[in-house]
Amino acid sequence: MAFFKDSNLITDPLGDDNPITIQVLGICSALAITAELEASIVMSVAVLFVMGVGNVVVSLMRNMIPSKIRIIVQLIVVATLVIIVDLVLKAFAYELSKTLSVFVGLIITNCIIMGRFEAFALANGPWRSFLDGIGNAFGYALILIIVGFFRELLGSGTLLGIEVLGNPIDKTGVYAYGYENNGFMLLAPMALITVGIIIWIQRSRNPALVED
Amino acid sequence: MEKRTDKNSYTILFAIIMVLVVGAILAYLATALKPKIDVNKQLEKQQNILYALGVNENDDKSVAFIGTDKVAEVFNKYIVKQLVIQGNDVRVDDKAYLIDIKKEQASAKDPSYKRQLPLFLGVKDNKVSYIIPIRGKGLWDAIWGYVALDQDMVVQGAFFDHAAETPGLGANINQRFFMDDFIGENLLDTSEKFTGITVSKSNADPVNVDKYDNEVDAIAGSTITGDGVSAMIYSELKVYSSYFLNLKKK
Repeated sequence: MAFFKDSNLITDPLGDDNPITIQVLGICSALAITAELEASIVMSVAVLFVMGVGNVVVSLMRNMIPSKIRIIVQLIVVATLVIIVDLVLKAFAYELSKTLSVFVGLIITNCIIMGRFEAFALANGPWRSFLDGIGNAFGYALILIIVGFFRELLGSGTLLGIEVLGNPIDKTGVYAYGYENNGFMLLAPMALITVGIIIWIQRSRNPALVED
Repeated sequence: MEKRTDKNSYTILFAIIMVLVVGAILAYLATALKPKIDVNKQLEKQQNILYALGVNENDDKSVAFIGTDKVAEVFNKYIVKQLVIQGNDVRVDDKAYLIDIKKEQASAKDPSYKRQLPLFLGVKDNKVSYIIPIRGKGLWDAIWGYVALDQDMVVQGAFFDHAAETPGLGANINQRFFMDDFIGENLLDTSEKFTGITVSKSNADPVNVDKYDNEVDAIAGSTITGDGVSAMIYSELKVYSSYFLNLKKK
């Protein structure tokens, strides 16, 4: 049962080998799009798709790719995949493509994708690479959603656009007691600090992760 | 021993073949899908213009356009006339909504070129609105929109969209809480001078009661996109102000 033998490829990136907090990959997009929970979720799904397919494609090509230009080859694989998806969506699901189009640039330049191609898919078979791809995408998604949750809740007082804390202008809900949104949460530095807090919590719970 | 894939000749051959294959796939897809994409874009323009006129299927908070299946019909019903203003000429052109604003802006850099300015007359609830397409720069890429005005240049409806603003921040210019703020705002100041509408961080008017302050509330964390919207409204609507001035004289 190959699946169970390799199940650590999916579970490790969720915890002790998380792409954002341990491998420190994909920080840039984690800062850029976590101001809202919805954007975090959309980006997670998009990365899940590209990582799964991309890792398999690179893995299938791994014995053909000349090592001198492997990074360029990887970049072309990601870019081609993303552009094909974008074109097909534009023709057949225009509304969806409008929602996703802003993520295209972020996906192509996402270092998680390049990082996993380089570190895993070039040395492993397609099935293991596929598992590694979706595992890391889930790990990425987990952090994105946690950060997006806190930034949207504390920054805008909403979750997925729903006003969970009341209306700040009409002073309903918790705003009636003098609570204010922290606009600073919406800015990129607070994403970095939120990721930092997650890293802190994770490493204090598991000291084995602390490097010298 | 050197591996086969490390040879320079292999590397170059691989690169050439890959570029040809990828190029062929993408070129084929782009050409094959272009007609379909163009139709989608046309329908989207019609949806956007109708949205600015207030013809949409919005519920409480969401942005909902007229469905693509019936938008062409609804468009012909509400948009009674499409004009193109070029210098002092005004002509009727029922394909005016397809004029490429980006190209016109580029051509207008040559001072001898008279820019084609499309203008759509829409009638909703027996009230005439003048809908103007606008286009400008955001933080990362283009932003554009449609603004419906009455003859005093008071905003009746506004629609904005963007190519690649940051999700959750600048990308929110296409959300109701931002676009609806523009409704009722004056483009002219109290002495009838064209002032535009500024997306302001220091606007002490979050529920937008003051419609004569030429300001709407900015979105936190998206200063550059907001400035882009202000600049776009100023420069792109100003070119129409003489038309509106003549309209009043009549």
